[in-house]
Amino acid sequence: MKNFDYIRPTTISDAVAAAAEPGAAYLAAGTNLLDLMKGGVSRPDRLVDVTRLPGLDRIEHLPNGGIRIGALVRNADLAHDVEFARAYPAIAEALLSGASVQLRNAATVGGNLLQLTRCAYFYDTASACNKRQPGAGCDARDGENRLHAVLGWSEACIATHPSDFCVPLVALNAVVEIEGRSGRREIALDALHRLPGDAPERENALEPGDLIVALSLPAEAHGFSAHARYLKVRERTSYAFAVVSVAAALRFEDGAIREARLALGGVAAKPWRAAEAEEMLTGCRPDSEAFRIAARAALAGAKPSGDNAFKIELAERIIVRALTSAAAGTPARIAALPASPFSTVSGALHDA
Amino acid sequence: MNFSISLTVNGVKRDVDLEDPRVTLLDLLRERLDLTGTKKGCDRGQCGACTVLVDGRRINSCMGLAISHDGADILTIEGVARGDQLHPVQAAFIAHDGLQCGFCTPGQIMSAIGLIGEAQAGTDPERVREGMSGNLCRCGAYAGITEAVLEATTNLAQTDQRRSA
Repeated sequence: MKNFDYIRPTTISDAVAAAAEPGAAYLAAGTNLLDLMKGGVSRPDRLVDVTRLPGLDRIEHLPNGGIRIGALVRNADLAHDVEFARAYPAIAEALLSGASVQLRNAATVGGNLLQLTRCAYFYDTASACNKRQPGAGCDARDGENRLHAVLGWSEACIATHPSDFCVPLVALNAVVEIEGRSGRREIALDALHRLPGDAPERENALEPGDLIVALSLPAEAHGFSAHARYLKVRERTSYAFAVVSVAAALRFEDGAIREARLALGGVAAKPWRAAEAEEMLTGCRPDSEAFRIAARAALAGAKPSGDNAFKIELAERIIVRALTSAAAGTPARIAALPASPFSTVSGALHDA
Repeated sequence: MNFSISLTVNGVKRDVDLEDPRVTLLDLLRERLDLTGTKKGCDRGQCGACTVLVDGRRINSCMGLAISHDGADILTIEGVARGDQLHPVQAAFIAHDGLQCGFCTPGQIMSAIGLIGEAQAGTDPERVREGMSGNLCRCGAYAGITEAVLEATTNLAQTDQRRSA
């Protein structure tokens, strides 16, 4: 690991000023950054430790009915906050399906949003990677790429965003609150992560010094609490990144779907909102035919980036299964194996 | 740059001077405080051998900088027994053969103590397995580990009941 200067500011404005310098990076729990630094993938000159900044570790219920989650709230604390889990069950389930308890006890909300891809070629400094070294090429294109992107990828980069948490968040219109050199601003989470295009090294919409201070959900997001699921297909049942994952949330009126929310994980460089499929579901009865049509629409623009054509059909099937499960109703308790398609919770459809 | 930090480790306050900010909490415990019970397996947050409790929560000590833990209260495997009396989780691992080579065992035991404290898994074997999935055992002692955690959970609950009775 390259050496670095370490500073631990006590105010947000000091942190922003310190992190705006070239070569600086924010450090929260470090569960991704330290891993990247040990491998020589990230080589910051200065770490700005934000873990002691005041006021960023709260979960606040807003007067408008929304909720605001401080960037330093730990993933495990958010998932086990009883009120939060009841109002946003798919988000709690997504959190509990990610990493291990040890990592969730440390990892922060802000850090989860900013974690980097687990593409093996990005991590291997002996491989060509446009994201790590712009213009170097992409060894994943002709490499082991069965888990890479099927939506929104470019010739320059086929990596996926690894977060589970972000998938239901983007479905529920989460907003990111950012403090930067020119003050505070808010952007939709959907606009935070960028697709690779010809500049995969630009991960997100943040500028130097920008610090995520909070995440918020609008009031209408908890209107889906009775019919919300997150399902995640993994290569082992626990402690693995998604091959494909789906957040599905429905709101019913008179037996018909009044509003649907659908997003995919593991398929693109960002959490992938399937807005067209959502619109197709609006007004439908919750039956398998409607779900299958929506699933096909969600993947209509997909194409394999390598040996991963199977992910397209897999994503369609897991969408049908997640919608079926959401329609049956949110389970009273999160399954013993959170988000696992092998769980035996109500509405599970094992032959979708 | 030199940094002075102060930690409570197994109930004892320790002041440490760090000449390098790169030292992880794991390396601080093993190399500076000679607490080598906490193991370095992968050093990348993937195996759980380095699990310790920080302020009562289990974490991977390899994935945190020592300097970030200034002021923290750390519990390692060396601090769980009371003299010659093993912690109930340690005793249960022996009773159920929850190990073979033993390298992952300190991490498994610290993780199990954390799991029982979290009170999310109860005595559901599937929830215990899921809650212990951050600790790999290459000898494959998982069946014994799960039984040990279940028994320790029950034993600790009974001890708590007797205390409150």
